[in-house]
Amino acid sequence: MDFISILSIFVLACFVGYYVVWSVTPALHTPLMAVTNAISSVIIVGALVAATTGMASHISAARWLGLIAVVLASINIFGGFAVTERMLAMYKKKDK
Amino acid sequence: MANLILSAAGAQHMMPPAWALLAYLIAGILFILALRGLSSPASSRRGNRAGMIGMLIAVATTMLLKAPVAPGQFLPSPTADDLVTLGQIVAAISVGAIIGLFTARRIAMTDMPQLVAAFHSLVGLAAVLVAAAAFLSPAAFGIVGADGHILPVSRVEMGLGSAIGAITFSGSVIAFLKLAGKMSGAPILLPLRHFINLGTLAAILGLVGYFTQDQAPWVFWTITILAFVIGFLLIIPIGGADMPVVVSMLNSYSGWAAAAMGFTLHNSAMIITGALVGSSGAILSYIMCRAMNRSFISVIAGGFGADASAGGGEAREQRPWKRGSAEDAAFLMQQAESVIIVPGYGMAVAQAQHALREMADMLKKEGVSVKYAIHPVAGRMPGHMNVLLAEANVPYDEVFELEDINAEFAQADVAFIIGANDVVNPAAKTDKSSPIYGMPVFDVDKAKTVFFVKRSMGGVGYAGVDNDVFYMDQTMMLLADAKKMCEEIVKAMAH
Repeated sequence: MDFISILSIFVLACFVGYYVVWSVTPALHTPLMAVTNAISSVIIVGALVAATTGMASHISAARWLGLIAVVLASINIFGGFAVTERMLAMYKKKDK
Repeated sequence: MANLILSAAGAQHMMPPAWALLAYLIAGILFILALRGLSSPASSRRGNRAGMIGMLIAVATTMLLKAPVAPGQFLPSPTADDLVTLGQIVAAISVGAIIGLFTARRIAMTDMPQLVAAFHSLVGLAAVLVAAAAFLSPAAFGIVGADGHILPVSRVEMGLGSAIGAITFSGSVIAFLKLAGKMSGAPILLPLRHFINLGTLAAILGLVGYFTQDQAPWVFWTITILAFVIGFLLIIPIGGADMPVVVSMLNSYSGWAAAAMGFTLHNSAMIITGALVGSSGAILSYIMCRAMNRSFISVIAGGFGADASAGGGEAREQRPWKRGSAEDAAFLMQQAESVIIVPGYGMAVAQAQHALREMADMLKKEGVSVKYAIHPVAGRMPGHMNVLLAEANVPYDEVFELEDINAEFAQADVAFIIGANDVVNPAAKTDKSSPIYGMPVFDVDKAKTVFFVKRSMGGVGYAGVDNDVFYMDQTMMLLADAKKMCEEIVKAMAH
């Protein structure tokens, strides 16, 4: 993909983000932050690319950095989604 | 399809195959649906699941692209080295999963703000590490130009990605320490800080520009180190009630960092997510600033509350006020037709939400209408009060936002203020010299009776301004710990 098509995706996604986030009910702003935390850890894609460079038997600096980044992003992915799920499960309607 | 996989695996700097591009796009769309689901509690859990599936697709696609598939074959034929690589990655993910799941299960809901800050710091650090890896092994990321150097546009992207990641990391660490009470929450003001901050930011941007001309390691590392320093300097002068803005702002930065790395990797899932998270944090920051009637710039400049409390203290005069008891509150609320509860950060500190809900349950049994009124900046992060009330089993359809309930105070028999102060201060409406002037507040002064739960008459709110509600004829001060007071009211009502 060339730079302009990537930039187009980015700009359009900013607009989508703007409208989607305004539609989030204020009562769920804390879960919103927790889930955005989890999804921003999609940076794990870059970490995986780094963690597969060179040879496994001779770990290069880039591979070390990648593996550490995989750990950090995984903490966020599992922790972020799990804590969001835990919070959302608490929101209940009045039982009548 | 096997051939498509091969063409990418064989030459990593080439464009990924179409199926992978589509898979990343689907992951991005699932992330959009995850946020979209949060428009109501009913659809929110479905949204969260969509997010999980999106993440699974993104990770699986990346792993498949790296799978060692020989030409003409569909199944991978891994060497011993490939299997070790797989083992290392599975081990890294498992370590992260265990730490993440354990933390998510154990964390108290009152501690959510610091948990979110800690998570932000991890995204920031991961972005720095990925940018550094891309700098050290550019071929693996497919960003080497024909001349054997890293493409200039990629240098800008990794420089910015590393800088934003580093700011997110060090800023979030400070925010975490402040929110967790491991560091004073008061603003720390350095002399010449605006000069130092602007100078450092200019140096970072200048170096990113220079990086396109010279890809020497010192340029990359200097950018990263300066960014770590500026993240630290930007957050230390901000404290107390401005923390919701800080947490939202760091949320936004973590998104921009992911987006910058998405540009480096030409990955649509990362770019879409980065844009979503970036706008989410920016909008939350805006909502928080609007709810305090402060400009974003003045929050970022910091120092609020540092001098105001000194000025407010001496101007305070002794005025008559009435003290109420748990019995008074129990009696008057049982007689009432409608009670509106205004919870604030003090309720969270005292862990009073469960006792408060018990009190509300008793009132509802007596046929009293009970509603909760939440100010956007109540708590230490956006929506914090709502989560705490949900945890205490308060149904979400009894909880209302400022603009939806404010008109009802005029008809309410009782306004019960617990752990809030500045958000009910009428000075925000009338006193132009007040530091909180212009901030939207609850019209509790219009309710027939006001109960104000507060630990003592000494402390004033975060903004350090006196509150006229204390001295109104219809106000009774309930001076006690919030949790104890609720428990005593419950006891008194049971009699």
